[in-house]
Amino acid sequence: MKQSTQSASRLLHKRQMRVSDTVQSVPPSGIRRFFDLANELEGVISLGVGEPDFVTPWHIRESCIHALEQGYTSYTSNQGLPELREEIAGTFMRNHSLHYDPNEEILITTGVSEGIDLAMRAILNRGDEVIVSEPCYVSYVPTVIFAGGVPVTVATGIENDFKVTAERIEDAVTEKTRAIMINYPNNPTGATMGKKDLEEIADVATKYDLIVISDEIYDKLTYDGKHTCFSSLNGMITNTVVFNGFSKSHAMTGLRVGYALGSSDIIGAMTKIHQYTMLCAPITSQMAAIDALRNGRVEVERMVREYDRRRHLIISGFNRIGLDCFWGKGAFYAFPSIAGLGMTADEFAERLMLEKRVAVVPGDVFGDCGSGFLRCSYAASRDDIKEALLRIGEFVESITGDGIA
Amino acid sequence: MDIVQNILEIIENDPKIDISEIAALTGRSDEEIRDCVCQLEGDGTIRKYKTIIDWDKVNNGFVYAIIEIKVSLERETGYNVVADRISKFPEVRSVRLMSGDHDLSLTIRGKSMKRVAFFVAEKIATLPQVQSTATHFVLKTYKEDGVILHETEHTERLPIVA
Repeated sequence: MKQSTQSASRLLHKRQMRVSDTVQSVPPSGIRRFFDLANELEGVISLGVGEPDFVTPWHIRESCIHALEQGYTSYTSNQGLPELREEIAGTFMRNHSLHYDPNEEILITTGVSEGIDLAMRAILNRGDEVIVSEPCYVSYVPTVIFAGGVPVTVATGIENDFKVTAERIEDAVTEKTRAIMINYPNNPTGATMGKKDLEEIADVATKYDLIVISDEIYDKLTYDGKHTCFSSLNGMITNTVVFNGFSKSHAMTGLRVGYALGSSDIIGAMTKIHQYTMLCAPITSQMAAIDALRNGRVEVERMVREYDRRRHLIISGFNRIGLDCFWGKGAFYAFPSIAGLGMTADEFAERLMLEKRVAVVPGDVFGDCGSGFLRCSYAASRDDIKEALLRIGEFVESITGDGIA
Repeated sequence: MDIVQNILEIIENDPKIDISEIAALTGRSDEEIRDCVCQLEGDGTIRKYKTIIDWDKVNNGFVYAIIEIKVSLERETGYNVVADRISKFPEVRSVRLMSGDHDLSLTIRGKSMKRVAFFVAEKIATLPQVQSTATHFVLKTYKEDGVILHETEHTERLPIVA
């Protein structure tokens, strides 16, 4: 017995030794625990998913099938299919009057996540700092760390509609700062930033000669006002790496295809890493992406109109049941506050799941300043949203009722 | 998004939806939505709230046929006169003026193939303007008015993903 405990601990120790210090220093995603919990329960309504509930539009799936039938199953060039890069260049010219050279300034990646990893590895030397605006998608901070950089997080808050301010960014700048990482429309808050707001960030970037890493995967999901591409701001085209893709706008999460746009030195460096690690994005997905850009507008607009309706439904719903929720104008997340209920978002989410079978994600998973909030995706059917609101309402009532008694 | 278009798209996909839910989905007041829907009903933009039924699932259901008609036009009357006349039969579910090698396309519904065939022979083919008819019986409906009848798509998503 004693011997087996000893050998078990030796094994554990050995296993820990085998994993690098860097990887050990990064905690697993806070979402993981909820994922396991949700899997054990039945009848869970999920507002915990960061992906559309729509299936990929049929014309895009059909083009995947066609590509397979035609025998498109090989590697593509490392940068991605030339037709796809040209199509992307055309889109940015039409939508933002931005010129990107499809041969040197566009890289097709297996989703934005890979692209951001490539960018960090391409620009960071050991110890370089990246300013990351929080709350943010769970991968940003670990990606900086894995690339040998040091993440410096700056908080955003409800008082400023979760927009990152130039002042906070400037306060965080040091001699070692290399880049600013932003994401608008924002996951997890649904916040957007107007052109004027972004220009102030651009001024700071210019002043300190920083690269801006702008994840714009939710750009099409802007319900009020118009999305401004960061590189369209004055002088920013050479200092910005823009990330976008098809997962959210075209409901193509599982197809794993996205792209990065930037000046040729950075895109070239990213391509070098991509070449040695990923080789290329799946050709089937790249073929699908070409069709998505050429023929996808009607379906994208239809989905966006439906998300906008659900946005009204869920945000007004949260405010009605007493969870203050600000009117985010983008992505597909509501970010209601649970302040005043006397529990952390983590406790709330866990009890909500166990007692009412509704899955939401606690806001602190996305950074400390997200604590006291819940991320609720409205990429779920209207019936599910209505039922979830009903259950959350009951749950809140049971807590506030308890408090009074 | 234009509020009228928004309301119409919502109602077209879900005619049973109530006013307060449309209000919640659009961020408008109940009154505003009620007024708008009333006006759309009043001016004939909204014609009818329809149900799509898979009659194949019902014993003693219906058979459908598509009828192509060639019409000879009289001076000054045009297609409208004959189309109006045909439209008045309750057996006729739709009447459309077509481009191509025939003029009108009808959808006929009846209790049996025989009844449909006799209806076409007796009531439609005998109209003075009708030159010829071609009847095609519907064997199976896969999709009706945007709704797929023979199967529904089902995909599983993981309950929690970042």
